[in-house]
Amino acid sequence: MAEPPILEADRVSLRFGGVRALTDVSFAVGQGEIFSIIGPNGAGKTSMVNCVSGRYRPTEGRVLFAGQDITRTATSRRAALGIGRTFQNLALFGHMTVLDNIMVGRHHLLRSGFVRGMAYWLGGAQREELEHRREVEEIIDFLEIQHVRKAIAGTLSYGLRKRVELARAVALRPRLILLDEPMAGMNLEEKEDMARYIVDLNEEWGMTVLMIEHDMGVVMDISHRVMVLDFGKRIAEGAPEEVLANPHVKRAYLGEADEVARDEGEPVPA
Amino acid sequence: MTSMAPAGDFRSSYRADTTIFPTRGSRYAMFTGVLILCAAPLVFGRYELGLLITIGFSAIAALGLNILVGFTGQISIGHAAFFGFGAFSSALLVEHHIPVPLAIWGAGLMTALVGLVFGAPAARLKGLYLAIATLAAQFILEDFFARARWFSGGVAGRVTEPYELFGLRFDREETYFYIVLAHVVVMFVAAANLMRTRDGRALVAVRDHYLSAEMMGINLAYYRTLSFGIAAFYAGVAGALYAHYLLFVSVEAFNILYSIQFLAMVIIGGLGSILGSMMGAAFMVLLPEIVQAGADLLSGGAIDRALRLGASISFLREMAIGAAIILFLIFEPDGLAHRWKMIRAYWKLYPFSH
Repeated sequence: MAEPPILEADRVSLRFGGVRALTDVSFAVGQGEIFSIIGPNGAGKTSMVNCVSGRYRPTEGRVLFAGQDITRTATSRRAALGIGRTFQNLALFGHMTVLDNIMVGRHHLLRSGFVRGMAYWLGGAQREELEHRREVEEIIDFLEIQHVRKAIAGTLSYGLRKRVELARAVALRPRLILLDEPMAGMNLEEKEDMARYIVDLNEEWGMTVLMIEHDMGVVMDISHRVMVLDFGKRIAEGAPEEVLANPHVKRAYLGEADEVARDEGEPVPA
Repeated sequence: MTSMAPAGDFRSSYRADTTIFPTRGSRYAMFTGVLILCAAPLVFGRYELGLLITIGFSAIAALGLNILVGFTGQISIGHAAFFGFGAFSSALLVEHHIPVPLAIWGAGLMTALVGLVFGAPAARLKGLYLAIATLAAQFILEDFFARARWFSGGVAGRVTEPYELFGLRFDREETYFYIVLAHVVVMFVAAANLMRTRDGRALVAVRDHYLSAEMMGINLAYYRTLSFGIAAFYAGVAGALYAHYLLFVSVEAFNILYSIQFLAMVIIGGLGSILGSMMGAAFMVLLPEIVQAGADLLSGGAIDRALRLGASISFLREMAIGAAIILFLIFEPDGLAHRWKMIRAYWKLYPFSH
């Protein structure tokens, strides 16, 4: 990592009254990495992502994006900086078509305000819409959702909605994309598809990925580095296999080796 | 899931896929409809034309309210006050020697500014709290109309000039009708364009899921307030058209009942539907007429004598409006526009609707 990290959390703490959601969490995500955050439920994973996306403001500490302090930057300005995200619970615009949902992702790249929008043919809004439509269609092709592009987002199946949400985040052209449990509630085939999309986004589209995920198979397969949170504290960080072998992580999250073995119905080695 | 495009209608460019009307048929139907309306003064009398004019400016105001309530998901029970502000502003501008055609748009802009001021709480308030804040707008503006004599002529009201363009006077129903029609077309096309571009989508995004809208780079406070500005602009233009139709503006007209009528138009027509705003306005303007016609038909007959309707016809009118709103909320909460869509879908597939 010769380049400076694209995202850096510097001793971030987050408190809600007496509840410590995060305590002194520091980590850095390098340009071009797939970085996963894992940990038990309530460990503060989503809180950490919310601090990056601007939903929460850290009580202490700083969040740096490409070297710039964004701790106090308004949420709506972070899209233009290059941060996109998907949500753990679906957060599509339910009454819009899939196409419009993805076009909303272009919001910060479009220049025509309401006056030019109303005049459509006169002020260049039409030309701009059509230009961006072309790029949005590329994203639609990539995520294989052509058949539903005119469908109302709220009527789609769960797996498709997850994919449309990813498409919308990709439409922002983010440098860093935050994925909050992209595989939750999916079947095996959908998970495989989603994992392939994430790897492609990372390798072909050049996006840095910060991901929260519970499916350890996926996390171990596609992440470059993994951070483990427990009770709001960072307990481990490193390459997937190192983290997997870490005794703290086993105790907090993965379970002891013999427990795992028993769960899987294998005989316990003596 | 699939769109209802007719067989053989293949779009080969993005331009063809982003039109206001989904099919060529619907576009021609709309053009024909407007052309037929142009012939209305040849057929109808002054009374019927007056109704059409009323539908026209009500539809513009209702469309503005629909952008606020239907598309952005906010609420306003002060729309009539903005409508009134537009009427007085236009009359005021005309008194300062601004020609009526410009004064109408000027009134729209002035009302938009007032709308932005009263919409500012929307940046922080939602739901019932916002409703109460807009109620305050209604009362403050009404009080302002009654007291600010320089603006509204006080309780006596304000007289204004008829529409004049290139030396032509549009002071009769037969001619003023065309002025209203032209404004309706412009305002509706503008709204349709708005909703298919950046800021229109942002408004709907704020309604559907404001948290993710913010993540998409949409400034919530800006769009919530902007929506009030646009709604007020529409109300202002509509009010100005009203002023130059009646040629007299007086404060009593713009009370809260009128605000609620606008809300009823939007709900009955269909929240979040541009065409629905027109349908709702037509419905609310024509309903009393239809009830009146029914009552006239009955009057003097056996039923009238038995029930003594003669004296209570005015009650019937009000009750019919109330009943219509309740029935709509129960049986067609998506409004007339939705019903219209269902009817069209039925005929498109007839007789194989299943």
